[in-house]
Amino acid sequence: MKLITAVIKPHQLDEVKEALEAYGISGMTETEASGYGRQRGHSEVYRGAEYTVDFVPKVRLEVLVEDLDARSVVDVIVKAASTGRIGDGKVWVLPVEDVARVRTGEHGVAAI
Amino acid sequence: MTCDDVQHRRRKVIRMENAIDTGTTAWILISASLVLLMTPALALFYGGMTRSKSVLNMMMMSYGAMGVIGVIYVLWGWSMSYSSESVMGIFGNPFTHFGLADTITDSAGEYILSDGLPTVVDVGFQVTFAIITVALISGAIADRARFGTWLVFAGLWATFAYFPMAHMVWGGGLLSGDGPFASIAEPIDFAGGTVVHINAGVAALVLALILGVRKGFGKSPMRPHNLPLVMTGAGLLWFGWFGFNAGSAYAADGGAGLAWVNTTTATAAAMLGWLLVERLRDGHATSLGAASGIVAGLVAITPAAGDVSPLGAIPLGIIAGALSAMAVGLKYRFGYDDSLDVVGVHLVAGLWGTVALGFLATGSGLFYGGGLNQLWVQIIIALVAVVFSAVVTAVIALILKATMGWRIDSDVEVMGIDQGVHAESGYDFTGGSGRLASVGVASREALPGAEGPARSEGTTTDIDTTDTRETRS
Repeated sequence: MKLITAVIKPHQLDEVKEALEAYGISGMTETEASGYGRQRGHSEVYRGAEYTVDFVPKVRLEVLVEDLDARSVVDVIVKAASTGRIGDGKVWVLPVEDVARVRTGEHGVAAI
Repeated sequence: MTCDDVQHRRRKVIRMENAIDTGTTAWILISASLVLLMTPALALFYGGMTRSKSVLNMMMMSYGAMGVIGVIYVLWGWSMSYSSESVMGIFGNPFTHFGLADTITDSAGEYILSDGLPTVVDVGFQVTFAIITVALISGAIADRARFGTWLVFAGLWATFAYFPMAHMVWGGGLLSGDGPFASIAEPIDFAGGTVVHINAGVAALVLALILGVRKGFGKSPMRPHNLPLVMTGAGLLWFGWFGFNAGSAYAADGGAGLAWVNTTTATAAAMLGWLLVERLRDGHATSLGAASGIVAGLVAITPAAGDVSPLGAIPLGIIAGALSAMAVGLKYRFGYDDSLDVVGVHLVAGLWGTVALGFLATGSGLFYGGGLNQLWVQIIIALVAVVFSAVVTAVIALILKATMGWRIDSDVEVMGIDQGVHAESGYDFTGGSGRLASVGVASREALPGAEGPARSEGTTTDIDTTDTRETRS
């Protein structure tokens, strides 16, 4: 099993979610996050004082998948999250040792 | 007992002494309520501009002013402001009407009237001005002032700075139409350019200098945490200001209507003026700029609301907005931490509005063929207000610095004054965690580490878990 984590632009969330649902993913977790990459932050002006805001709003999306699905799901996310502009985000994959479904107590792939 | 005992602000309408003017009375009651709303509105305006860790303290300084001034006003505030027993034209005798003695009803039990208005209604109207003026100052000392010191300051400052200024300008004192400068021209302060805004603006500057800067001022970002609160506050201030300015006409008549229209015109123009400066200087017209321009316009029209034409209110407003937009950056250049720009907005726009009357006052202003006299008088009363407020505020603030102390501990300032001083936090987005430590007996010791109500953990919890599993699987 793999954990796919995607940090994407907040306004791409719905598009990514719909693409994942179309692929057959039935659940995911979303967290509001902030961060920056090569695009750095942006500047804001309050009463003439300019602030550099390094951490810009992002969404962190987490999906658990079976090993075989990992590569395709990453591609689905990348395709849906892409706007072609800087700050589109990143997707990474980590191995997962075990998963348990809280309601039933099932373990492993059955719990995904 | 007649109305002669109490000097009143300029009245446009003179009526029979013993007949109540219900129209005026109704309007002043409504105006008093509108002006009272301005202080919670100011709390929103200021609260949104602080960082999220200080929002409650910022709002509490406004509400604290409501608490302190709301009580002392009926004790000695009214008497010091409007007693006819003037002490050198500087303040009224606090004892003539202490506790509103001889103010509410006469010996026959009838409500005392002044130009058809029950004096007790006027007391209600005036206390709201005193409250907002004190609350305005708090914007200069965000994030770092001891709450107890602030409350004591509020009472002392109202007593020694606000009540005397109200007496000098509106109570028949030195700066009024009965004072020495009236021989040049009658000083104009319709609703509080000197008494309220210059007074509070100078006090804010003095307090910012005496308290010193916040940790990280000029280096760390201290941007507003909630601009929608700021916008809401500015809108409510505008609404409440109709009581402030149109109420100061002291009648439900055309004069009040003129003040209303001037208030809106100047405020709209000031918002545009501020946004224009921002667009040209910074490249963006901001919401904070709009909210700030609104307040700058309201401040500038305050002394002038009944004495300019709506066409005069337009340049008055535009210049107020532009001047304040340029003035708010000065604190970084000179290194004083006037956190929420009370100086840049209230002092600058208050000075401008007061002095602008020298040009724009219909009849007596320079642009209306009135010559320079009105201008000189307006400059004089503005300068007297600046010096008086600076001296009184410095004395009070330095005494408090030496006795109670002004600053909270620096580690509390870093952690956040809400948590450190009020034991609260403004926002809870996740529904919270932790547990109830004690009820009704929240001693300082009990809160952090005390045991909660007895609860058998262990077995009960285990059984519950097992039950659920068995049922579901």
